[in-house]
Amino acid sequence: MRLGRRAAMATLLAGRDDNLLVVPGLGSTAWDAAAAGDNDRNFYLWGAMGGAAMIGLGLALAQPRRRVAVITGDGEMLMGLGSLATIGIQQPRNLAIVVFDNGVYGETGMQPSHTQGGVDLIAVAGACGVATCLDVRDENALVDLAQRLKTLDGTLFARVLIAAEEPPRVLPLRDGVKLKERFRAALGV
Amino acid sequence: MSERKPDWPDRLFEILKGGGVRQVGYVPDAGHARLIERIRADDEIRDVALTTEEEGVALAAGAWLGGDRAALLMQSSGVGNCINMFSLARTCRFPLLMFITMRGEWEEFNPWQVPMGSIVDPVLRLCDAEIYRANVPGQVAGVAERAVQRAFGNERIAAVILSQQLIGKKVWTK
Repeated sequence: MRLGRRAAMATLLAGRDDNLLVVPGLGSTAWDAAAAGDNDRNFYLWGAMGGAAMIGLGLALAQPRRRVAVITGDGEMLMGLGSLATIGIQQPRNLAIVVFDNGVYGETGMQPSHTQGGVDLIAVAGACGVATCLDVRDENALVDLAQRLKTLDGTLFARVLIAAEEPPRVLPLRDGVKLKERFRAALGV
Repeated sequence: MSERKPDWPDRLFEILKGGGVRQVGYVPDAGHARLIERIRADDEIRDVALTTEEEGVALAAGAWLGGDRAALLMQSSGVGNCINMFSLARTCRFPLLMFITMRGEWEEFNPWQVPMGSIVDPVLRLCDAEIYRANVPGQVAGVAERAVQRAFGNERIAAVILSQQLIGKKVWTK
């Protein structure tokens, strides 16, 4: 049984502190993050497909004392696969890339993604030099990942195998300027 | 002409440094070689080599979210790679400071550089970028300073175009 995406996101973000900054990728992971509870320290993406990991990198480099979790889908990650190579070279200690992998493009009609065809994102991240690459398939591994997000000490990549389901949309704020401004205000920058 | 190296890349470096830029994303390019060298040697500025230019648009957005100023160096062909990712800067009004070395516009040997090089200006204009062009060394510092001001002071997309005439033609046979 694959993990449910809403419960998985809730587990990862439960009891988060002010030093955890979250970049949810466009589509379902943004709705999952909103469902887990809105937070000024979430920078939800409604576009910029393929850019989530790089936004996380720029943020992690700018905020070395805080932790950054990019939580995105397999389709979004596949569009920015090169960014894993870039992150593998940079290796900020405070960056986690978490991919909710259901093997389909959920927002567009459940068409199969390359991961369903056998492309292994964990192997890609490992080949790019990311030191810690986790395969999260059950509740125990998920709880372990949630714990790691509380004390990040090295670049981390995690693939979370989730079910291909479409829970009701929970839409966050979509005004990009407001999202940006409330995020920066929360950080005091 | 003497063999003396042009000093405008050093002026650009000083303007970035003085302007508080702390992250520079780049795809390696001959026209930016000296500037990249200076950035890589500097302890305060993080140099981030990219696999494709659009990564740099996202990097700069993340940097600004975290309170850092970033810049992006690329060749004219990279502008085409960035078009959709520019939506991130436009929708959220992220500052985006770019330095673009031109190919395909002056004594270009390689015809494959011409199609993208010839549409850099209109593409940037369609993407709401302000364009600052330098054709001769004496123009570089002035336009770069204005671009830094506009990008970070007004949260705008500012593109400094470094013309092929400024950079000099690529030598194909020695």
